[in-house]
Amino acid sequence: MTPEEQGEHRRPSLFLERQSYRRRRLMDAARLLPFLGAALLAVPLLWPDESDGTGAVPLSAAIFYIFACWAVLILINVVFGFAARRLAAREKGDAEADTWQR
Amino acid sequence: MATLNVLILVCLGYVVLLFGVAFAADRLAAAGRGKWLRSPLIYTLSLSIYCTAWTFYGAVGNAARSGLEFVTIYLGPTLVMVGWWWGLRKLVRVGRSQRVTSIADLISSRYGKSNTLAICVTTLAVVGGTPYIALQLQSITLSFSIFAEADPTGLYREGSSVFWVAAGLAVFAILFGTRNLDVNERHHGVVTAIALESVVKLFALLAVGIFVVWGIAGGLAPMMERIDASEIGKWNVDASRWATFTFLSAAAFICLPRMFQVMVVENDDESHLRTAAWAFPLYLLLMSLFVVPIAVIGLDLMPKGSNPDLFVLTVPLSQGNDWLAMLSFIGGFSSATSMVIVTAMALSTMVSNHVVMPIWLSTHEGSASVSGDVRTIVLMARRVSIAVIMALGYFYYRVSGGGAALASIGLVAFAGISQILPALVGGLFWRGATRTGALVGLSIGFILWIYTLLLPGMGGGIIPISVIENGPFGWGWLRPQALFGIEGIDPMVHSVMWSLSLNTIGFCVASLLSFPSPLERLQGAQFVNVFDHSVAPQGWTGSVAQSEDLMIMTQRILGVVPAQEFFQAEAERQNGRTGRLPEPTPGFLQRLERELSGSVGAATAHAMIGQIVGGASVSVEDLLAVADESAQLLEYSSQLEAKSNELSRTALKLREANTKLTQVSKQKDAFLSQVSHELRTPMTSIRAFSEILRDTDGLSAEEQTRYAAIIHDEALRLTRLLDDLLDLSVLESGQVSLNTGDGSLSAVLDRAISGALAGGDGKLSVRRVRASERIQLHTDLDRLGQVFINLISNAQKYCDAALPELTISTHDVGGQVVIDFVDNGSGIPAEAQALVFEKFARVGSDKAGGAGLGLAICREIMQRLGGDIAYLPGQGGAAFRVSLPVAYQQAAQ
Repeated sequence: MTPEEQGEHRRPSLFLERQSYRRRRLMDAARLLPFLGAALLAVPLLWPDESDGTGAVPLSAAIFYIFACWAVLILINVVFGFAARRLAAREKGDAEADTWQR
Repeated sequence: MATLNVLILVCLGYVVLLFGVAFAADRLAAAGRGKWLRSPLIYTLSLSIYCTAWTFYGAVGNAARSGLEFVTIYLGPTLVMVGWWWGLRKLVRVGRSQRVTSIADLISSRYGKSNTLAICVTTLAVVGGTPYIALQLQSITLSFSIFAEADPTGLYREGSSVFWVAAGLAVFAILFGTRNLDVNERHHGVVTAIALESVVKLFALLAVGIFVVWGIAGGLAPMMERIDASEIGKWNVDASRWATFTFLSAAAFICLPRMFQVMVVENDDESHLRTAAWAFPLYLLLMSLFVVPIAVIGLDLMPKGSNPDLFVLTVPLSQGNDWLAMLSFIGGFSSATSMVIVTAMALSTMVSNHVVMPIWLSTHEGSASVSGDVRTIVLMARRVSIAVIMALGYFYYRVSGGGAALASIGLVAFAGISQILPALVGGLFWRGATRTGALVGLSIGFILWIYTLLLPGMGGGIIPISVIENGPFGWGWLRPQALFGIEGIDPMVHSVMWSLSLNTIGFCVASLLSFPSPLERLQGAQFVNVFDHSVAPQGWTGSVAQSEDLMIMTQRILGVVPAQEFFQAEAERQNGRTGRLPEPTPGFLQRLERELSGSVGAATAHAMIGQIVGGASVSVEDLLAVADESAQLLEYSSQLEAKSNELSRTALKLREANTKLTQVSKQKDAFLSQVSHELRTPMTSIRAFSEILRDTDGLSAEEQTRYAAIIHDEALRLTRLLDDLLDLSVLESGQVSLNTGDGSLSAVLDRAISGALAGGDGKLSVRRVRASERIQLHTDLDRLGQVFINLISNAQKYCDAALPELTISTHDVGGQVVIDFVDNGSGIPAEAQALVFEKFARVGSDKAGGAGLGLAICREIMQRLGGDIAYLPGQGGAAFRVSLPVAYQQAAQ
């Protein structure tokens, strides 16, 4: 096999490796997401409430914070969903590396 | 003014619409059209049965009482959906690959198809679901009563209306939910109707919210000001309740039978989860967006003491916006009906599959194949179950008096159903979880939940006040709302904390201490590693099974036509043609069990086939699946071992090859130096004598002749040497062409002896045994003769006896003809014997003559001819044995 042939042979495999690497990291992100959500939604536990006598957080601010967190989580999930679908579609020919297998 | 009668008419019209939608969807699905019925959107919308009437009405009430706390009920499911990659994906895959019919079926299937466990979960689900159904009844009744108050002409009695609502919903659920038997055949009609109801309730709540914010408060900014100025305008959420309720709602979202039904059982395509993962949280967000504004405006506008649970209705009514109120009523009605339908469907499946069918099977011992239609029994069981469940809900409502706030009833149900969580999560992620562990954990959690939450919450004197205050028998540490004397915790948090933590501990400890059965371990491997092998878990041995019995039984469960289709497909798979019953192979039995479990649940299907077949067996592949981890490790290490062996073998070969190469290189060097040495000797004398002839004057003619003769002799020797080298190289390279012919051995020997002795001094005498030489040969006779000549002339040259004598004898050794050439000299010294066949090997260099190539050539020739030549030690003198090629010899005639 000449060096040129070897080079041609290797190039697609390099490309696939990078793709599956991306897929792995995407899955990592998907796994981390609930922890991010739980952390964000645990923040209100630290807020002072009326019993402290100090200035409690106004309800409108609380609503804003919680709904903003919520919206961010949804947005991240939308992005993840579409990214996952794109990866899955791209790898459709490669049955072994089905994104939804594992 | 909307009268009660109009309201009832609208309700009935709405129900008819739902019927129509469900019917049309079923028809579309049956006709194979309507792809949108299986779209992710419908799936997401069907998930929203999570939002019941409790959510619709109770969230506002909750917000009016304790601010933002209500949002925890939505945040939990949001976290679950956001983390779908961890849990839901696996749950859905397991549910689909095992053809699970309900959450009880899943738990029972995971823990070795144990029906005891299924009954436990079913009981828990029914007991936990009852308050929930009561809650829906209450919400519908309450909303009716609001309109009744506004319509003095209507005849309205609360008690009878609850009854009629319950009865109506039961009929509704029976008609919708028990149309077909196989739960795994998706209920497209029901799901589509639920999706429609989700849209209705979201639309209603958003309409009320928009009316409140922009119609009453006058925009977003004034609304926010009013919120901050209201009595709930400060962050005032108990941290423990916030965390507990978020967790609880997350747990209930997975464990609730109705959620399991729509999320797992009715799931058409796993990839729908991907869309639902963001669309469902979005739905929840929209549902809760206007809850606080409605609550705040309600607190502002409505008189003190009015029920905040009904602000969604009463606020539009008080503003004279009857149609909005009507819409909101329909929204609440939708929430309640969809929840009740799906819950009743899910619960009735569980009850009929795990309670009624096992009882029926045990009372009809060994009769699973007796003719008669099991389908009617199962369907009837389901219908009766629905009626019973609705009746239970009705009685709970009557007993509890309907007084408790909506939200707290819902939470009681959540806490109850969440007791499944340890067994469920443990079963999905921990192969060590056992049936005993699940049973112990569930029992502990169930009992604690009843004792600390359900009974004290029911009031009505089921638990005396004295027990709640002082504990049973005066044991203070057993007080239901302060277990182990730990007081001051919110009763809800208290119950959830104790029941779930002790449940989990009991589950883990009992799992660690007990030992699972083989079937349990199999199922455990199937569940935990579902992404590695999504196949059926378990093998039957069909030796005793009668295909006919199986056919009869299957007909009675699946119906005649589907059963025959299934069996014919199976027969075709087995022997390529239909028309005969298939053999009861393990694979067929496995598929049959899976098919049946879609109708009657895994445990029942297992038991029914067990009755006919007689026994389950565990195949080698199954055992391998159990031993998966260790097998993988073993395989890996043996692979490593094999590889390292291979490497060391390769290294050894390389070393050998290297040694050989080095030897060959040395031999080549030796050969070259030998050749040049051999060539140099005659060349030297030729040069010397030709120089003498050229430079010396006056040589006598005699001298000239002598010198020329020497030059001639040396040139001949040189030629001979070169001929030999050429001959050898031709032989070694295998390029020699053999000139085969027929002749007798004795003739070849005659020619060889006369040729070899011709030019010599004739001292050597040759002795032969002619009688044994009468052998016909078919080989290259000239080459064979060359070998003989070489051996004879060697004897002539090197035999040092006073009367040199060569004996040539022919023997038959083991079927092979050998010819021995033995002389009477001193022979070849032992250390030189190994070398005589090497090139340029000469014994005693003192005797000039050949170049030492003769024997090497002999060996090459014999090997070319297919025979061999070897030195024969211990014969007195030098002895060589020529073995003739087997194929070329023929016995003398």
